[in-house]
Amino acid sequence: LKKTLSLITTCLVLLTAKSKKTLAKPGVKNVVLVEGVRTPFLQSGTTYADLMPHDLARAALQGLLHRTGFPKEAVDYIVYGTVIQEVKTSNVAREAALGAGFSDRTPAHTVTMACISSNQAMTTAVGLIAAGQCDAVVAGGVEFMSDVPIRHSRKMRKTMLSLNKAKTLGARLSLLGSIRLAHLSPELPAVAEFSTAETMGHSADRLAAAFGVSRQEQDEFALRSHTLAKKAQDEGLLSDIVGFKVPGKDIVSKDNGIRPSTMEQMAKLKPAFVKPHGTVTAANSSYLTDGASAVLIMSEEKALAMGYKPKAYLRDFVYVSQDPKDQLLLGPTYATPKVLERSGLTLADIDVFEFHEAFAGQILANLKAMESDWFAQNCMGRKAKVGAPPLDKFNMWGGSLSLGHPFAATGCRLVTTVAHRLKKEGGQYGLVAACAAGGQGHAMVIEAYPQ
Amino acid sequence: MAGLRALGVLSRITVRHRYTLFSDSTRRGFSVASSLMARTHVNYEVKGDVAVVRINDPTSKVNTLSVHMQKEMAEVLGEVWSNDAVKSAVLISSKPGCFIAGADINMIQACKSAEEVTYISQEGQKMFEKIEKSPKPIVAAINGSCLGGGLEFAIACQYRVATKSKKTVLGTPEVLLGLLPAAGGTQRLPKMVGLPSAFDMTLTGRNIRADKAKKMGLVHQLVDTLGPGLKGPEERTMEYLEEVAIECARGIVNKKIPLTKEKGMMQKVQDYVMSFPFVRNQIYNTVQKKVMKQTKGLYPAPLNIIDCVKSGVEQGSDAGYLAESQNFGKLAMTTESKALIGLYHGQVACKKNRFGVPEKEVKTLAILGAGLMGAGIAQVTVDKGIHTIMKDTTLEGLNRGHQQVYKGLNDKTKKKSITSFERDTTLSNLTGQLDYSGFQNADMVIEAVFEDIAIKHKVIKEVEAVIPPHCIFASNTSALPIKDIAAASKRPEKVIGMHYFSPVDKMQLLEIITTDKTSKDTTASAVAVGLKQGKIIIVVGDGPGFYTTRCLAPMLAEAVRVLQEGVDPKKLDSLTTGFGFPVGAATLADEVGIDVAAHVAEDLGKAFGPRLGGGNPELLKTMVEKGFKGRKTGKGCYVYQPGLKSKEVNMELNDILESFKLTPNPAVSSDSDVQYRLVSRFVNEAVMCLQEGILANPVEGDIGAVFGLGFPPCLGGPFRFVDTFGADKLVEKMRRFEDVYGNQFTPCPLLLDHAKDPSKKFHK
Repeated sequence: LKKTLSLITTCLVLLTAKSKKTLAKPGVKNVVLVEGVRTPFLQSGTTYADLMPHDLARAALQGLLHRTGFPKEAVDYIVYGTVIQEVKTSNVAREAALGAGFSDRTPAHTVTMACISSNQAMTTAVGLIAAGQCDAVVAGGVEFMSDVPIRHSRKMRKTMLSLNKAKTLGARLSLLGSIRLAHLSPELPAVAEFSTAETMGHSADRLAAAFGVSRQEQDEFALRSHTLAKKAQDEGLLSDIVGFKVPGKDIVSKDNGIRPSTMEQMAKLKPAFVKPHGTVTAANSSYLTDGASAVLIMSEEKALAMGYKPKAYLRDFVYVSQDPKDQLLLGPTYATPKVLERSGLTLADIDVFEFHEAFAGQILANLKAMESDWFAQNCMGRKAKVGAPPLDKFNMWGGSLSLGHPFAATGCRLVTTVAHRLKKEGGQYGLVAACAAGGQGHAMVIEAYPQ
Repeated sequence: MAGLRALGVLSRITVRHRYTLFSDSTRRGFSVASSLMARTHVNYEVKGDVAVVRINDPTSKVNTLSVHMQKEMAEVLGEVWSNDAVKSAVLISSKPGCFIAGADINMIQACKSAEEVTYISQEGQKMFEKIEKSPKPIVAAINGSCLGGGLEFAIACQYRVATKSKKTVLGTPEVLLGLLPAAGGTQRLPKMVGLPSAFDMTLTGRNIRADKAKKMGLVHQLVDTLGPGLKGPEERTMEYLEEVAIECARGIVNKKIPLTKEKGMMQKVQDYVMSFPFVRNQIYNTVQKKVMKQTKGLYPAPLNIIDCVKSGVEQGSDAGYLAESQNFGKLAMTTESKALIGLYHGQVACKKNRFGVPEKEVKTLAILGAGLMGAGIAQVTVDKGIHTIMKDTTLEGLNRGHQQVYKGLNDKTKKKSITSFERDTTLSNLTGQLDYSGFQNADMVIEAVFEDIAIKHKVIKEVEAVIPPHCIFASNTSALPIKDIAAASKRPEKVIGMHYFSPVDKMQLLEIITTDKTSKDTTASAVAVGLKQGKIIIVVGDGPGFYTTRCLAPMLAEAVRVLQEGVDPKKLDSLTTGFGFPVGAATLADEVGIDVAAHVAEDLGKAFGPRLGGGNPELLKTMVEKGFKGRKTGKGCYVYQPGLKSKEVNMELNDILESFKLTPNPAVSSDSDVQYRLVSRFVNEAVMCLQEGILANPVEGDIGAVFGLGFPPCLGGPFRFVDTFGADKLVEKMRRFEDVYGNQFTPCPLLLDHAKDPSKKFHK
């Protein structure tokens, strides 16, 4: 009996044993996540409708300060991500920091890398700390889809700019007279690739078709996302949310896009991009969302010296890029094996997966690609597949499909969620992966901070 | 052990069990299986209630409607129709780049009489009529070329789904072979896309891309191409197309997809207008006039097509089908059709590299001179993934050349055949420069500098000082012998001629010239580059004027004489176009450049003596002195005004012509005589090139003359012309001209051989 017992324990140890005890490297500074917060993510055009992007960013930054009690002067640097830029606040990082009452002596810059903008903000912070330039950096991201810059047509812009230079009344009148009806049609921003002119939804539909992902599979996955998000919301697990008093309106404290539906209801929707035989619908895609997020990233020693208990270590990360037409949304497939290799882990070492859900079809295509030797060998030049993450560790508190996807704010939400889930579920390693417009991708390994 | 044995038994049982279970169907299945075994071109599989019929000609890269294919198709469709479990069918090709590329040309060529060809047409008509009336809806799933008989097949089906692939094109190119769409095409198309579009398709034979086809109502649904997934992109796209087509087939059966589209307002108006016979007659007349203007009545097929469409619309489908099949039979027997089919085969032959695979692929190509030719060569190279260096001596020249390349690509963007992004990434392959930097990486250098042997020698020495040992030096000269250019080279085995035609992006021909010293690998590499540039290639021997310029020179010399004899440029043009040349002789001289023509005439005159003479070469020189160099200077035989399409005869030319005036000899100056004077000298020179071994074979001679010089396509090239016209008749005419003008019209020995022995033909 004793023998069997010991055998069982060895088995158990073996089962839970990691390839590596920790990812700490000698001579490399440990960079930690101290705190992460976000505003509630709201469907665009709802309660946030009358704000400006930097207002949302302000709310996230203030929330971070409030929750950590961190002294403003101790923030060395601020990096913020955004995708659709409000031209008035093109360096939204600076405007938001000033508006949030940060020290005017703290420099701030804005980064953009489509849906992985705040991932870029965070890894920029990691770089600043690892290089010894900073000890405490605030990173984050904001997206405000309730108001996007709609421009005059190029012709009209040209006329208006010439008008500035026209000296005489006659010259001005003749310029005004040259305006035709065609001048007045506005230019709307589209969620389309500049290089291919294809909208992302269309590409996602083709991707799903390329991997043979059915409509039903996509609807099921979307339903799962909403169901899990609802559960997490009800159980109070989404603790990264900080309430936000919207001027003139109520205090918002909950995401408003979580709507678990039924398969029958979802089946009724018509395809949104590829008509009439497409499979991507409004119900199995992420929706236009307003929201902001912020994280405090520090060197471990400084955090401890200041009396903070970090939530997690931010470890290896990679950026990848591939064909923006046919592999636009396959970032996670390319990034995952690469980051695992870098850190010396295998897929089995990962306890918590948080992948950005742009479209259900995109996630399922990625899972199939990761499970395919053919794809690994023929498209990625790898010897074998990396394997798909087990679904019981995957996006367990909902994802972008249900919580919403404010483009540049999602990255911080993923990282904070991994940290929270590692703590709650008692895991050691977490993996964040995301795709982005331009055919780019990102992945990061996060290690739980010892309890 | 026991377990193993048990397993063995179990497996035996299951095997036996399977037999018994399916005994019923095996009996039925056997007959299917045996015919399946026999069938090689058409097969089908039943997926649920949909039969997926797959076409695949195992002997060819493309599917063609051969007798064999049709027989198997009839069998398969018979089974589909008689199988009660099948409610609908999908028709798809197993070849990713090709649905059906058309009817089998050899099948038509093998026919000896018009009746046989008419019979083939009628068989096709019957088969497609059955398909049109199929009780079970048939969905054509199209990826790749869907042309000719393939398109007629598709439009007989109840529904069409096509991929958006760039390879997917629909069209009725029969007219280009001097034929007509003879399996119901002239009858169904007008009903499907309306009279104007149907005429446009059948008379131009142009390819229609999938998106356009959808707009025209030629296809019902489009399917996106897919990237790599769990399989290769092409394979998966085909599967996806099949899946969508199956869904469509079920949708039609379930009445979820209507087969009759609700007509839009515009359509209703158009239909109403078309209901008046007066309007329709107006259309027939306009189209007829247009065809006559363009073809000068030299091509019977377009007129026959109009006739078939008219019969169908005005007298009902029985008359239409009858006209279609009979006209088809007649057309197939015409010399025009035979000439055009000959050109088609020749073109296919000239798109192959008979010199093998070159040792080193050309990845960097340098071009010297950014003039019209240099930039033109850059234009057709840069978009083939080849890094292109364009070098000029002046910044202005470089700027002009760069603009030309940009404009070429931008025009494609405007036509939406490429995106602005593709334009930009393509342009990033082009480097413009004034020095020789980067030439150390060049795999091939093509010079397009001024036609002066001293300059060519200077350039070749400069280049050879910087290029790597393997690099090929090609000259885009139109007349200077390559061996003379190679005389300055340290490595003559790497020197070759690549004679492009202006405008390079429009003219399909590339004439490659090899010397005795040119190595086979150099030739293979030049042909490989030319093929990549999309050219039709003839490889000829070295000599003054090679093949094309040498043929053109005597004809232009004759044209000058004709002008001197008092025929005005417009008349000269109409005589030549009336014979079938797409561009008149006077206009051609203006396009080529009077200075170039004078230059070539002088060079070749030196090389061949008075035999190549004709009109007075001083006439051209005087024109050049006065600045009448052709279109590029705005004045030549004609006056060109920017923005104006119509051109007037250059009145100042009259004074010059007056001073060079010759008195025509009435015995050889009728319109027809003038035409044959021009053509016979061209043809005689071509035959002489074959005799001297400049040409490898008559096929390349015909292709070079038609695609490089615009020899009348309806005549199929100089060699086919001799075959069909009769060498003896041609010699007879030439003898008559010889009496007046001397040895310029002396038939060459090879032509005389053919004249003596009528069984001798250049083409079998």
